[in-house]
Amino acid sequence: MTNQELQELITTWFSGPESVHLEFTEEGSQFLNLSIDPEYLHELMSWLKTNNKTSFDYLFCLTGVDWGKELGVVYHLESTKHRHILVVKVQTSDRENPVFDSVQDIWPTANFHEREVFDLFGIKFKGHPNLKRLFLSEDWEGFPLRKDYVDEVNMVVK
Amino acid sequence: METATINNNFKSEEYFINMGPQHPATHGVLRLLLTIDGEIIKKVEPDLGYIHRSIEKMCERDSYQQIVHLTDRMDYLSSHINNEAVCLAVENALEIEVPERVKVIRTIIDELTRISSHTLWWGVMGMDVGALTSYFYGFRDRELINDIFEETCGARLTMNYNIPGGLMQDIHPNFIKRVKEFIAHFKTKLPEYDKLLTGNIIFQKRTKGVGVLSKEDAIAYGASGPVARGSGYSCDVRKYHPYSALDKVTFNEALHTEGDSYARYLVRIQEMWESISIIEQLIDNIPEGDFKVATKAVIKLPKGEYYQKVETARGELGVYIISTGGKNPHRMKFRSPGLSNLSLLNHITVGGKIGDLVATMATIDIVVPDIDR
Repeated sequence: MTNQELQELITTWFSGPESVHLEFTEEGSQFLNLSIDPEYLHELMSWLKTNNKTSFDYLFCLTGVDWGKELGVVYHLESTKHRHILVVKVQTSDRENPVFDSVQDIWPTANFHEREVFDLFGIKFKGHPNLKRLFLSEDWEGFPLRKDYVDEVNMVVK
Repeated sequence: METATINNNFKSEEYFINMGPQHPATHGVLRLLLTIDGEIIKKVEPDLGYIHRSIEKMCERDSYQQIVHLTDRMDYLSSHINNEAVCLAVENALEIEVPERVKVIRTIIDELTRISSHTLWWGVMGMDVGALTSYFYGFRDRELINDIFEETCGARLTMNYNIPGGLMQDIHPNFIKRVKEFIAHFKTKLPEYDKLLTGNIIFQKRTKGVGVLSKEDAIAYGASGPVARGSGYSCDVRKYHPYSALDKVTFNEALHTEGDSYARYLVRIQEMWESISIIEQLIDNIPEGDFKVATKAVIKLPKGEYYQKVETARGELGVYIISTGGKNPHRMKFRSPGLSNLSLLNHITVGGKIGDLVATMATIDIVVPDIDR
């Protein structure tokens, strides 16, 4: 499907696209980007995977991002059947307790990648069966990839 | 849990055992927590982070030229391809068109890198299942490639030959001659690999039907590279998203459908033949021209997001740059093939024996710094 067709199809899945903050953009990216209210993330992801026209069965990249004020997660999806690519984004301004739905039940590969994001950004994933740090030790304090992380011992600041 | 009672005195029970982080078959500092019942594996849980350097955090304070040098410390056996991924992402963002000469040289060295990585893997693979001779064969042939790299790039492992805009310097005058000599040599040696391992009945018994991964699971677990292609999932980035000079060459994607360790083995052997073919198509046709285009001393990427995929020896490496317009990336993510490939290890080894785990891990071909980053 072309980006235009994808956009039109996905919009029809929601009765009120504005109420779920469904937004599309292709600006500043080579892929079609979609952002949505985190509350509807899992629902959207299930549809993207199971719908025959989209069938995004390959989650090839899962990235945590600290936007400064907000924390977010970016999902890069590809369909091995149709070979189209979509980028899904969610973000939250709750830095104390950021929580998104886990998608590891849809794509098992997300299991490790969500643990990595939890480890380095402190973003929690609801429904993850084994959410613990992936790289750092259990007693590590703070989340190194956050922009406000300070570590005078281990970090060289230029 | 099954409890077998023998004479009412002995009973089997599950217990934990550590494999690694210094186990020779884990190829680096990877620790596997095994839950086993006798010799049967119940669960494999990788414990990562022994070599985590937070390259992604370092990137946020480095310039784009500096970042290139960090990437060959990830999957050090694909260092040239990693460097190229960052350079391509930066060049695309700046809309720089590099000279044809650069593209062809990059692709030739990519494929040499792939052969170098696969010969090392082949040697170690044999050693993991108890055939030490292959180790010496593999390293013997890899040395010749390293010599070529040393002459042209100045380094044997972490080459740093790519820079945004082209190459560090032009190829050495001996380069073409040496590559041709190597290809002629390697074409006589690769059949020896088949004689020694591929047709070996003991080797086949150790790998056939071991660690079977279905195509559906390969996709669901985000597998890529030879691991996915051994399960019949066609995913070669060189085919689907060609970069550098790959649109000028013809080659076949190595595909096998059995999904077992032997299929993954065959994919890599076939890939070495395909790499030879790609190099042969290009080596006599390196266009004349500059080896780089001038870039600014301080590279600033326009605000936006850039994603570049390349096919390393291990699979799909993704470089994801989020730029806010400054001289450093706001966020730099490396989608490493190793982490996704490792995540399916538990799925395909449970129920098998510890010896099979070693054979399966060898064909997944993990490089730990690529997983930890």
